Amino acid sequence: MQPTSLAFKDRARDAVTDAQLQRALLNMKPGFQQRRAATVAKLPEFEALRDQARDIKNHTLANLDTYLLRFEERVVANGGQVHWARTGREACEAIAEICRRAGARTVTKGKSMVAEEIGLNDHLEAEGFTPIETDLGEYIIQLRHEAPSHIIAPALHLVKQQIADTFREAHTDLEADRPLSEPRQLTDEARAMLRRSFLSADVGITGANFLVAETGQTVIVTNEGNGDLTQCLPRIHIVISSIEKAVPTLEDCSAILRLLARSATGQEFSAYTTFSTGPKRAEDLDGPDEFHVVLLDNGRSAVLGTEAEDTLRCIRCGACMNHCPVYGSVGGHAYGWVVPGPIGAALDPALIGLDQARHLPNASTFCGRCETVCPMKIPLTKIMRHWRVKEFESGLAPASVRRGLSLWAWAAKRPRLYRFGTRLAMRMLGLLGRRRGRIGWLPLSGGWTRFRDMPAPQGRTFQDQWAAASRQDSGGR
Amino acid sequence: MSEARDAILGGVRKALAGQQLGDRSEASVDARLDGRPRGIIPDRVAKPHDALVDLFVTMAEQVSATVVRLDGLNDVPEAAAQFLADHNLPAALRLAPDPSLEGVDWTARPMLEVSRGPARPDDVTSLTASVAGIAETGTLMLASGAGSPTTLNFLPDNHIVVLHEGQVVGAYEDAWDRLRAAGGPPRTVNLVTGPSRTGDIEQIIQLGAHGPRRLHILLIADGADGGP
Repeated sequence: MQPTSLAFKDRARDAVTDAQLQRALLNMKPGFQQRRAATVAKLPEFEALRDQARDIKNHTLANLDTYLLRFEERVVANGGQVHWARTGREACEAIAEICRRAGARTVTKGKSMVAEEIGLNDHLEAEGFTPIETDLGEYIIQLRHEAPSHIIAPALHLVKQQIADTFREAHTDLEADRPLSEPRQLTDEARAMLRRSFLSADVGITGANFLVAETGQTVIVTNEGNGDLTQCLPRIHIVISSIEKAVPTLEDCSAILRLLARSATGQEFSAYTTFSTGPKRAEDLDGPDEFHVVLLDNGRSAVLGTEAEDTLRCIRCGACMNHCPVYGSVGGHAYGWVVPGPIGAALDPALIGLDQARHLPNASTFCGRCETVCPMKIPLTKIMRHWRVKEFESGLAPASVRRGLSLWAWAAKRPRLYRFGTRLAMRMLGLLGRRRGRIGWLPLSGGWTRFRDMPAPQGRTFQDQWAAASRQDSGGR
Repeated sequence: MSEARDAILGGVRKALAGQQLGDRSEASVDARLDGRPRGIIPDRVAKPHDALVDLFVTMAEQVSATVVRLDGLNDVPEAAAQFLADHNLPAALRLAPDPSLEGVDWTARPMLEVSRGPARPDDVTSLTASVAGIAETGTLMLASGAGSPTTLNFLPDNHIVVLHEGQVVGAYEDAWDRLRAAGGPPRTVNLVTGPSRTGDIEQIIQLGAHGPRRLHILLIADGADGGP
């Protein structure tokens, strides 16, 4: 996927005035936040499980080379094949080659953010195959030629009327005046349409939530069952996974699974967690004849050993974006790449380059809600701050910001001047807003005051109040 | 391809020289893979077996599975027929050719059309056995094999699963131990928690997205040490 993150500001501006998008984003609070809170409250061990999961993943990443080799060994021992891909291009070519050798035409797909990252559908189409997304949300956005706006709810940005319009346009062999106003009708129509695809597909492609080194299993966590129909019906099952998905054992995988669904959708456990090992066995009555795992790096190995390395613990639950006030205002498309929200702001600069993604770490109020809900305890604000520093140091920040910050730094290093200046500024701002208690316009601050008023400061500066309180404190003793 | 493999592993090793995530040693990897240490097990499964069975039922029902408790395998045909009648479904079952279901006498319900094998596109209801029931979240563990084709778990609209009380365990880890005791991992292990669902349209939960619309569990009372 070509990043368009540089257009973040324009897209964010459009997003906040898009009435349908704003209506759709309102669903996040009952849909994600409240469900998560209720389910987490039922598991007293949740906080301890977060620490444990962080430790498991840290150990795995610190030994990633060895775990990947053990994983590969087990896959091969079970009759599967492993393909290593440095870049998205290499991964796409490996997958197309498998499809070509199989004489495939229709390729069904389970939801995979890695497949979105590498633009797999476009590549397969260009090679003459017909890729069909089977996750309901992915199916909808494929019909609309859109990118996912959320990593676990790809069509989060849409309301049901838009989906009904899309289905009427795409499913022309159905009666034109059929009722499609309810989610039930939409779900049933997609179910019926995709049945045909499941049964006719030659190749099924899924992602992986985990790669279990102990057993060589790839794991998918889903609710719809489309991932399973994608992998148990066609002759060939291809798994596309990035390398950081490795976990040591089934015990470790289970430990992290206890966090995944609760953090993501607020379920105790997802409907389907499926572990796949190699192709169908001699005694099996169904299952694929071939099992391929494509292991993608695409910049991840280079993140190890850097300030952003903690992002590699991410299990793509979406909790950070579900609780982010910025994501909740602008939605996922504004971020301009596959992974939006706080984790995107921390990870995307590492994967697509800070020059492309430099706006994203700034799209945060640093309220820290993302960190308090992250099941893998990724220090998201710390990493975003690192990128902001990097942006400044490497001269990517705009000149006005750099000059402003330099001026502030110059003053801040001179405490007397700084105190004098803030006192003066407070008094002036207080005067300016004394009639209404707020200020609607300020020189050089149009970007802020155009959308909101600034409260007029009252009384003394924080430093003065602090000094007075300290004096009083010591005087009283 | 091996060129990419060497490059990736080389890149990982080089980058890991500067990592601060944890200790790095092949011995620690082997120790973990061989020892398979268990982590925190939720307290909710620290219960006697009877209470675990009750917890399994409660948790399964919370995710919209239905559970019927039966005295023995002989009651399975009656209970399956009842389920089909309750939902106005065709009197036909696609059975898993599982040895543990051999003892079921289907001749008691001659009106029921019974066939065995992997799922066909027109099969409306399947009936399979299971490896374990995990009380923690009301989750079924199903494993592929000669007697348990995976398609039966996903293609038909309705899935009936036979589970023995003796197969109910507390945590996922207990279920993995059961599976390991039976040999290496099969081609596919499905952990199934309730019927298929989606929240992709305005985050309103709909059952039966692509997999079964209904999951019906027949729980056979045969004591803590029973089961296949």
